[in-house]
Amino acid sequence: MFDDFFIRAIFAGIGIAFVTGPLGCFVVWRRLSYFGDTLAHSALLGVTIAYSLDFNIAVSIFFISSAIALILIQLQRKTNLPSDALLGLLAHSSLAVGLVVIGFLTFIRFDIMGLLFGDILAVNKKDLFIIWFGGALILIVLKLIWKPLFASTVNYELAEAEGLNPDKAKAIFTVLLAALIAISIKLVGVLLITGMLIIPTAMARNLSDNPKKMVVFSIIGGLLSVFIGLFSSLEFNTPSGPSIIAAALILFIISLFKIKQTIQLKN
Amino acid sequence: MGIENNILVKLKDVGIKRNDKWLVKGVSLVVEKGKIITLIGPNGSGKSTTAKIALGLHKNIEGEVQKLTNKIGYVPQKISIDWTLPLRVKDFMLLTDDLNDKLIDEALTLTGVDHLKNKNLGNLSGGEFQRVLLARAISKKPELLVLDEPVQGVDFTGEIALYELIKKISENLNCGILLISHDLHTVMSATDHVVCLNGHVCCSGSPLDVAKNKEYKALFGEQASQTLSIYEHKHDHVHSSDGEIKKN
Repeated sequence: MFDDFFIRAIFAGIGIAFVTGPLGCFVVWRRLSYFGDTLAHSALLGVTIAYSLDFNIAVSIFFISSAIALILIQLQRKTNLPSDALLGLLAHSSLAVGLVVIGFLTFIRFDIMGLLFGDILAVNKKDLFIIWFGGALILIVLKLIWKPLFASTVNYELAEAEGLNPDKAKAIFTVLLAALIAISIKLVGVLLITGMLIIPTAMARNLSDNPKKMVVFSIIGGLLSVFIGLFSSLEFNTPSGPSIIAAALILFIISLFKIKQTIQLKN
Repeated sequence: MGIENNILVKLKDVGIKRNDKWLVKGVSLVVEKGKIITLIGPNGSGKSTTAKIALGLHKNIEGEVQKLTNKIGYVPQKISIDWTLPLRVKDFMLLTDDLNDKLIDEALTLTGVDHLKNKNLGNLSGGEFQRVLLARAISKKPELLVLDEPVQGVDFTGEIALYELIKKISENLNCGILLISHDLHTVMSATDHVVCLNGHVCCSGSPLDVAKNKEYKALFGEQASQTLSIYEHKHDHVHSSDGEIKKN
């Protein structure tokens, strides 16, 4: 069944959408979209390391992205630079270093476009296994830290005062984000994974009045984006990442009309 | 049960320094089960800071804090909630604890906002939101309640009702309450122990003792010590926030 590349891509996309839905909600609620971007950019460095040391790509990305996240937390504590400057610094320097290293790896054939924007042909059975297994693990851990993470997202002091541990939840969440980027890089690509986190979630925000609903709608939005995106990628021979994100954008625009309707109904 | 077993939080000579300036210094106090301790003092005297120290929210402090319970309900003075997050009152009630519907309804009814259960938190008025905050804090039946100006923005009759409720809660749940407030007259009547802060403890004791204290008079003026002509007459009914009359 998984011998067909398109079936593999579809199932990879389904697995990813189930994870980007809930994680994306937290990224939007906690205003972490640029943070997600930074982690994703650093993933390219992870890819080059994987290639030069002949190592599993997903594992390598996971470690590099987690390391970048830890470095960021340290820099935030020890320097006087604002967070967005630090994020930009890390995002672009790790992207640049990654690309420079690729320049040196002349002995390896590299599909740089595939890395940046995803490649529907690139997903093999092993990747599929990593996506589903890793994705399930991410969701289980997220479920375990949901209470402290959600409470501290609403209000940090309230959560801490009433005996939850927001800092621990935040650190674990960061690692989950790194893991998501690691498993989804092949299908969506380095540059667009944040879009996959944010755009279906933004759509879901327009349609929901409570957090659970928003998570569910953002999973549904992600799934629809994957289906529409991959089919058009197949049809028009476009890179898979941009096609999925473009589909998500269309869904978001449709959800805007829904808001307009409800406002009119209320009046 | 010995007195030691009743202690929920104990601050011993605590202080906190930020940028070479003491925010509070040398504060000692004890919150016990079933007792209400009130912190009073002018703006910037360190009331909220002291409450946060008791809750363990400030790191790098001088002195000693013993927190002997983890069942805590907290109503902060300021709360900023980001409305990118869609949140109904009932979702907010479940924030730090898993409660069943019955407990949620009970708590919201006590503070007179049960009709708002399915409303979006962002659409509440200031006073309504304050009532929800208080309901959330008491719904989990905590051992320790820390209430930082819990009735700000609540209408006058509501204010009195809520203070009565706070007193009732401390009796019914046998929980200790650390209360911060500005309204001297209502508060003083419901309190077991008053700590008057002004960067340090300027006086403490029973409400009557504190009212007679010279430093207290210097801080709040002569009139303040007469405001102890407390609110003491009885009502035979109360008004819930939607205006309905409920018999006591």
